[in-house]
Amino acid sequence: MSSPLPKPPGVTLAHPRDAAAPKRSFSTSRYLPLAATITLFIAISVLGSVMYTGFFSPQVFLNLLIDNAFLIVVAVGETFVILSGGIDLSVGSVIALTTMVSAALVEKAGWHPLVVIPLVLAMGTAFGTLMGWLIARFRLQPFIVTLAGMFLARGLCYLISIDSISITDPWYAAVSQIRIPVMSGASLSLGAVIALVVLAAAVFIAHYTPFGRTIYAVGGNPHSALLMGLPVNAATIGAYALSGFCSALGGVLFTFYMLSGYGLHAMGLELDAIASVVIGGTLLTGGVGYVIGTLFGVLLLGIIQTLISFDGSLSSWWTKIAVGALLLVFCLSQRAFGDRSAAKR
Amino acid sequence: MTSPVLELRGIDKRFAGVHALQDVNLALYPGEVHALMGQNGAGKSTLIKVLTGVVSLDAGEILLEGRAIHPDSPLDAQKLGISTVYQEVNLCPNLSVAENIFAGYFPRRGALHGYRIDWDKTHGQARELLARIGLDIDVTRVLTSYSVAVQQMVAIARALKLSSKVLILDEPTSSLDDDEVRRLFDVLRRLREQGLAILFVTHFLNQVYAISDRITVLRNSRRVGEWPTSELGAQALIAAMLGRELAAAQARQSPPDDIETATQETALLDATRLGQKGQLQPLDLRVRAGEVVGVAGLLGSGRTELAKLLFGLEKPDEGELRIDGMPVSFTTPAQAIRHGIAFCPEERKADGIVAELSLRENIALALQARMGARRCLTRAEQNALAERFVRALGIKAATLDMPIGLLSGGNQQKALIARWLATEPRLLILDEPTRGIDVAAKQEIMDEILRLASTGMAVLFISSEISEVVRIANRIVVLRDRRKVGELPAGTSEDTVCEMIGAEHG
Amino acid sequence: MDDTARRMTLRSMMEHRLGWPIVTLVLLLALNAAFNPGFLHVEWRNGHVYGSLVDILNRAAPLAVVALGMTIVIATRGIDISVGAVVAIAGAVAAWAIGGSIAGNVTRFPLPVVIVAALGVALLCGLWNGLLVARAGMQPIIATLILMVAGRGIAQLITNGQIITIYYTPYFFFGGGYLLGLPTSIWIVALVFVLLYLAITRTALGLFLQAIGINPTAARVAGVQAKRLTLGAYAFSGLCAGVAGILISSNVKSADGNNAGLLLELDAILAVTLGGTALTGGRFTLAGSVIGALIIQTLTYLIYSLGVPPEVNLVVKAIVVFAVMMLQSGEFRATVVKFARRPAIGRSEVRR
Repeated sequence: MSSPLPKPPGVTLAHPRDAAAPKRSFSTSRYLPLAATITLFIAISVLGSVMYTGFFSPQVFLNLLIDNAFLIVVAVGETFVILSGGIDLSVGSVIALTTMVSAALVEKAGWHPLVVIPLVLAMGTAFGTLMGWLIARFRLQPFIVTLAGMFLARGLCYLISIDSISITDPWYAAVSQIRIPVMSGASLSLGAVIALVVLAAAVFIAHYTPFGRTIYAVGGNPHSALLMGLPVNAATIGAYALSGFCSALGGVLFTFYMLSGYGLHAMGLELDAIASVVIGGTLLTGGVGYVIGTLFGVLLLGIIQTLISFDGSLSSWWTKIAVGALLLVFCLSQRAFGDRSAAKR
Repeated sequence: MTSPVLELRGIDKRFAGVHALQDVNLALYPGEVHALMGQNGAGKSTLIKVLTGVVSLDAGEILLEGRAIHPDSPLDAQKLGISTVYQEVNLCPNLSVAENIFAGYFPRRGALHGYRIDWDKTHGQARELLARIGLDIDVTRVLTSYSVAVQQMVAIARALKLSSKVLILDEPTSSLDDDEVRRLFDVLRRLREQGLAILFVTHFLNQVYAISDRITVLRNSRRVGEWPTSELGAQALIAAMLGRELAAAQARQSPPDDIETATQETALLDATRLGQKGQLQPLDLRVRAGEVVGVAGLLGSGRTELAKLLFGLEKPDEGELRIDGMPVSFTTPAQAIRHGIAFCPEERKADGIVAELSLRENIALALQARMGARRCLTRAEQNALAERFVRALGIKAATLDMPIGLLSGGNQQKALIARWLATEPRLLILDEPTRGIDVAAKQEIMDEILRLASTGMAVLFISSEISEVVRIANRIVVLRDRRKVGELPAGTSEDTVCEMIGAEHG
Repeated sequence: MDDTARRMTLRSMMEHRLGWPIVTLVLLLALNAAFNPGFLHVEWRNGHVYGSLVDILNRAAPLAVVALGMTIVIATRGIDISVGAVVAIAGAVAAWAIGGSIAGNVTRFPLPVVIVAALGVALLCGLWNGLLVARAGMQPIIATLILMVAGRGIAQLITNGQIITIYYTPYFFFGGGYLLGLPTSIWIVALVFVLLYLAITRTALGLFLQAIGINPTAARVAGVQAKRLTLGAYAFSGLCAGVAGILISSNVKSADGNNAGLLLELDAILAVTLGGTALTGGRFTLAGSVIGALIIQTLTYLIYSLGVPPEVNLVVKAIVVFAVMMLQSGEFRATVVKFARRPAIGRSEVRR
């Protein structure tokens, strides 16, 4: 009996039932939600191109990235928070605050955008860090802390200005016009490119850094993670800090998009972000999910919106219902899979 | 004679009035499996917490390789070389096997002292580590795609990776089947050969005799003794663990007469081949009205699982349950309660008391639940009910309105029993009702049980105190390792009961 | 056990559980009176009472009703963030049922049918949430998040994306009318409160709900029908949102799918917390939630009367939420205690 590699004496093979991959293993079901999302996305694209002429053009798809660039960035930050087992309700408000501070500093104080942008990014990160610290240190519920954060950020917006402040600075206008040609006639905005860069960085962080892996561990079982000696508090604070940074960056992109600072910007965006994350296959209970899934979650929501606007006859409010329905389906199936695989809770 | 790698001397620990450990000594030698045994409340878990730095000592010292140490957290203990693997595998279920082993200590590559994780090395080294303990599995698969046994071995691999001198296994086999236990023991033997000192906490007799070299027994927060396994027979071991209340101070009541087996009479409860996969092997059980059936067995023998099946907290996989001859199937406790069954659980804090509600409300809860929401007991009725039982069971509480969470453990237990007695059940299942209660209170409860039985109530009395079981039961059902091994009539001596629990280990 | 003991002694420190909320409300009223002469002035005009206090009561009514429903849900250790959306849906249903006729006495369906329809739909929304939580076992925040997202879309569908103006005058009675001199909305809140109070105290519901919230396992072992009660709690919350929807839409005489009830769920949660009910469930106080709603409304009035833009309210609310959160956190109180009781107690404490 020859085997390619000599085994040390007395090695016991794992139980036959462990060696053979069980038909319905946990790892298969982990990719399933992501696969489902991607399939849905493709399906709807095909549906749209069949139903409407002009739907299946490269620019339409690139527009998805352009129009949702800020949402991609924000949702990526939200993904880390949800992976760690928490939730961040403040993201929309931080976007608004970012736009407001940017507009105020550029228009009223006359600062150069290249000074303002790093400043607001730092502000967003600090905001997230504060919330993360409160959650980690005092074991407060993330829902309530980020809720308060949401109130605070919007309130601060209005403290700066009740009305919107238009950004007339030529730098902003110029940058928002930049188009990077991608293929025949189709192009991406700078914001979209930034979003893709952030996405790539996030994938790297999540899968190749101890910080990212600790976030997964904390989301999987915080008690175990603590006993294993992992820096649970640091990872938690880091996740919220990252979310704060992404919200601020999303706010910067939003500023390019809207060219104004306003307290009413991005109302309810946190729900879109959370929905994208869930639909992208990340479990709301934490520990399971892929950052890349969030991209497809955003794209799926975007393409539904595009489809509805192409149709013209359906009111755009069907989008909200569709999002709710998608959320429902994904959450219920998460419950069903969760019951089967995670026997212990 | 080699010196011990880990030594505990004179360990003393108190918690808010409870003396958890009194002057306990323990010595672990390298290349040896040392079993730590004792019933619930004996002090095992406190001792482990002291060793792993979860709680601090009040007195005594811990010596690791001759040097005094003061671990102040599990992480600290791990760094010192004491690793622990628990019954609930404390790893992250969503991460891969390799990740669980290396979390926090990943091999890195790239610039800046390695800015990214080297997954190839991680997987490779994980495979090597597992090979060291004889396991050959796909380390990239997620942890929960493997059985609990394999998960435990992964936990052991992680413990070893952090270069352990001492490996503590805290009840590792409770969720394993026989095959898996055998494989775990293979691993332990291999590690023992490599010179590791292993502390093996368990309550399974057969396993202790299969793997351990020495045994230390704790009882009532003291060390009863330490013996080489080969020199300690099963009887003596059980005697050491359970103690033998010679009842010098307590007048021994004559045990109740064996109830005439009236073959015509339909049993109140009749369970045939009732079982649940992994929890309880199919067994038969009959309980008649007015009977006190004692359930004896060590911790983990399946007693609580039996109670849960009878009460509707768990669903049986096989077998049939009949009440008054009619087949029933309970999916919720509410249904069992409607059939006149009551269950006082073992874990009063987790499953019993509603801490912030008053004593009065806690006593009235089950009765009220059975009556439904609309027919509400008035304040006066609740008071009357509560007062009745406060007197009958001797519950010491300042007022009826004080939150039950503030009462002592013993009084909480009495209140829980009162709650169920208030429903006037036909069958009362009591799971360790006298744990953590003073001697006088124990006597009161036992008397009450006998009185209720004489009025026609059936009682299923689960306890690890053999002396109590023997004193009041008409019949004793003996469980071991999740199956029923026999029944003994009233008047059986404690010795006989212990024998049946420990049979096969001569 | 430490946390429970601490929580219970903290409670016994206060004379009455409603101590702090009442003090806060009185303080705010006093501040208002200080800054606004005539704040406390109430007079009889046009056959009904008139004054700032009456305004506050009227404005606070929808929030109070929603807070009552939210209290029950929170007591079972749950949460309902969909109430704002349900408010919008209820208003939209009512507006649809009335129809768009400009004539002040024309309605598509008789008024009782309108009310029943709006409340019925709201109740269905609550049942939906309850099913997801109790039967499908979803986390409450996720289950109600779904309706929160989709609900606005549904409301917009009913109103066809417009803000529907309601002209049917009898409908205005609920939110803007007067009964026996007092605003109808106050009577409605009182009615809901009394019914709920009776249900909680005259039946065993109060006991069961608290048991479920404090220790769901123990409650289940004791035979409490936890699933049914949880379902009922969410259904009731939905119903309360429906009542609030009617109050709001009849007060502003329109149904706005987008803005009706916006951020109401957050205010409701805040009101409940201010009133003394802990977010972790268990013991709850109905009166506290009503007082909490009044606190929020009085605070809004104060800020408004100071000339500060109402949006600044948000910052104040944030601070209040932070404060309440910290006070309710065992960890925080432990830190404060440790800080106050230096030198260090020593290492003879049980760490979890």
